[in-house]
Amino acid sequence: MAKRIAIECSHAISLAAKLANVDVVAAYPITPQTHIVEKLSEYVADGELDAEYINVESEHSAMSACIGASAVGARVFTATAGQGLALMHEMLFIAAGNRLPIVMAVANRSLSPNLNIWGDQSDMMASKDCGWIQIYAENAQEVFDFTLQAFKIAEDERVMLPVAINFDGFYVTHVIEPIVALDQEEVKKFLPPRKIPSYALHPDHPTTWGPIGLPDVQTELKRQLEEALRNSKTVIKEVWKEFGDMFGRYYDFFEPYRLEDAEIAILMMGGHCGTARIAVDKLREKGEKVGLIKLRLFRPFPDEELIKLTKNLKVLAIVDKAFSPGGLGGPVFTEVKALFYDQKIKPEIVGFIAGLGGRDIRVDEFMVAVERAKKVLMGEKIDKGFMFLQVRE
Amino acid sequence: MAEKKVFFKSLKDLPKEDFFVQGHRACSGCGETIAVRLIMKAVGPNCIVITPTGCLEVVSSPYPYTSWAVPWYHVAFENAAAVASGVEAGLKALMRKGKLEKKRIHVIAIAGDGGTADIGLQALSGALERGHDFLYVCLDNEAYMNTGIQRSSSTPYGAWTTTSAVGKIMLGKLQWKKNMPAIAAAHDIPYVATACPAYPLDLVNKAKKAVEIDGPAYLHVLTPCVPGWRILSNLSIKIARLAVQTGIFPLYEVEDGRLHVTVKVPKRKHVKEYLKLQGRFAHLTDDEIEKIQKRVDMESEKLGLGPRET
Amino acid sequence: MEKFKLNPKPTWKELPIASMIPQPATSRFYKTGDWRSFRPVVDKKKCTRCGLCWVYCPDGAIRIVEDGSYDVDLDYCKGCGICAEECPVKAISMVEEVEE
Repeated sequence: MAKRIAIECSHAISLAAKLANVDVVAAYPITPQTHIVEKLSEYVADGELDAEYINVESEHSAMSACIGASAVGARVFTATAGQGLALMHEMLFIAAGNRLPIVMAVANRSLSPNLNIWGDQSDMMASKDCGWIQIYAENAQEVFDFTLQAFKIAEDERVMLPVAINFDGFYVTHVIEPIVALDQEEVKKFLPPRKIPSYALHPDHPTTWGPIGLPDVQTELKRQLEEALRNSKTVIKEVWKEFGDMFGRYYDFFEPYRLEDAEIAILMMGGHCGTARIAVDKLREKGEKVGLIKLRLFRPFPDEELIKLTKNLKVLAIVDKAFSPGGLGGPVFTEVKALFYDQKIKPEIVGFIAGLGGRDIRVDEFMVAVERAKKVLMGEKIDKGFMFLQVRE
Repeated sequence: MAEKKVFFKSLKDLPKEDFFVQGHRACSGCGETIAVRLIMKAVGPNCIVITPTGCLEVVSSPYPYTSWAVPWYHVAFENAAAVASGVEAGLKALMRKGKLEKKRIHVIAIAGDGGTADIGLQALSGALERGHDFLYVCLDNEAYMNTGIQRSSSTPYGAWTTTSAVGKIMLGKLQWKKNMPAIAAAHDIPYVATACPAYPLDLVNKAKKAVEIDGPAYLHVLTPCVPGWRILSNLSIKIARLAVQTGIFPLYEVEDGRLHVTVKVPKRKHVKEYLKLQGRFAHLTDDEIEKIQKRVDMESEKLGLGPRET
Repeated sequence: MEKFKLNPKPTWKELPIASMIPQPATSRFYKTGDWRSFRPVVDKKKCTRCGLCWVYCPDGAIRIVEDGSYDVDLDYCKGCGICAEECPVKAISMVEEVEE
């Protein structure tokens, strides 16, 4: 029977991995995800989770071990953040390209320099092209639900891709929140054990994985990967519907807030959407027609759905917690701008970089962003189309 | 006290079947493939092999041709031991939880010296320390051969490679060869051994013993390389034999911390017998050769090998 | 699993998932025998059937025939000459491949 409990978000993820009955956990500590792997160690030590717990000696080896275990058909889980994710970078591409349904929790943390343990999205964004499905969560309930769903999505034969569940370091990882936690029986009904593929590594059916591929096959392999990511959109929708039908919590690619008659909307991913909602309410009190669009799915990017959702907007203020130096702005901003290029009707798209290195984005700062975005609509363009919202000049 | 079991009394006891098969793209006379062919015969089909990037991987798996008759996985360069750890753990968990039929499947990593002593050292150390039940074989051709003969920490003193070039002021590799078996033994694992394809019965027995052992085992095999060592293609075995007979590459086992030599060398040949057959040492002066001889004398004495031939 | 077609240039739909090779030992379809310039010839009268040539061949190109003698598999022999060098009774000689 599902129970309402108070739990630290990191531990909610460990609980989800335990309920998913993972077979192998590759564990390497890094702030701010360490609580996830620590809790899993306790579960294994108590016999509550029957899994092989590999204390790897680096994140690169963590992903390597996950790859090896997933290749024999095991259900695999790991967690990392910031520098750790950067260290695994090479292996992320291999995990996706080898079509391994690994699930990883990423406690989004700023990339050095400076050494900064606090949350922004620069770590996952630096590896966004790895071919993983990338989902962003706002709170403990979402992380708990998404982690459970991730295994089902990843292991679907039409997908067979690894999934990264992203959430803000410290702002989400270390916060204790109430969640509705499913029990083992309910999870068993939703998530059956992983079906070992017919081509898994096993002497009964020898297969060769990871051959050297001449130019003759590389394009075809990448096209396959693209197809898998496109297919995954359908599967994600199906899994979310099934989850909703079973447990009453429905998810979609976007979570709009007060968008119905909005002319301006803030678009962003992650925990700070909570603060943004308060800013929306405050602006609404002032008579502004403002709304919020929380984006949950970054890869594959829900292009058609975003166009439909924003068709009545005049201004889209996109807040990114990462950016590409020397480029054209933050990752969500550049993605959305590219999306709207071909559209006949497009809102004014304005980019803001905020929340870097764990700097909190306050309600009034969101309000400043909306005001500045409105000015762009009046003709006061921003140089390069995006700006740093919080930098001290 | 380890069992004194001999798995293969003669080479005729080896299976006729090949698990590393014909049609691979290795150079004519390649020492590595001799070793792999024999090791795979010793181990048999009930295994999963993980190979990092290197000669073996490249010659055995150009899509759609594979020389492996067993399940095989190439992931990246530096993580053979980490992937093997994952495979071992995955099998263990699946069997314990009843998702796979319980039977022992040998997990074997077969890596080159680059992927072991240099970029792969961290992953190897981690896997050995954690005590996974797997065999790690290092095929040592003493350089990064697949990418065109670049120096590794396993390249011997004085050897020419493209990145330890021989020129007017520097004469080949300036450092002595890294002692990988000693590093493996320092992890207190149940079994470490050195082997060489010129002593095939010793090699196959060690491979079989290592794979049957519970826990991590490390096997270091010297494998001559025709283009890299600048040797004639028909001399791979002869040169490998001389490496043992000069004391340069002693064949021993370390079981539960105790070392014993498995191929005794009553009178060691002078190192120049070994060096003169290889173009990569052609530039060495007599003084340099004596320096190498003195080093080998010292190392051989430590191991209790016989005196040098006079 | 579908029957695997040995095609080095498949379409993206034909390419097995993750570009894996789902069938073992397909390199046997690649005959490396045309690499060689010298060919080993076994004098079966001298041969003591010690089997060392079979042990040392890097390419597995020495076959054991039904009568117990040893023969060269010319499909795969690269002509390295190790068998000739290591034969204890010098029963193998390397003969130059000449175009007919």
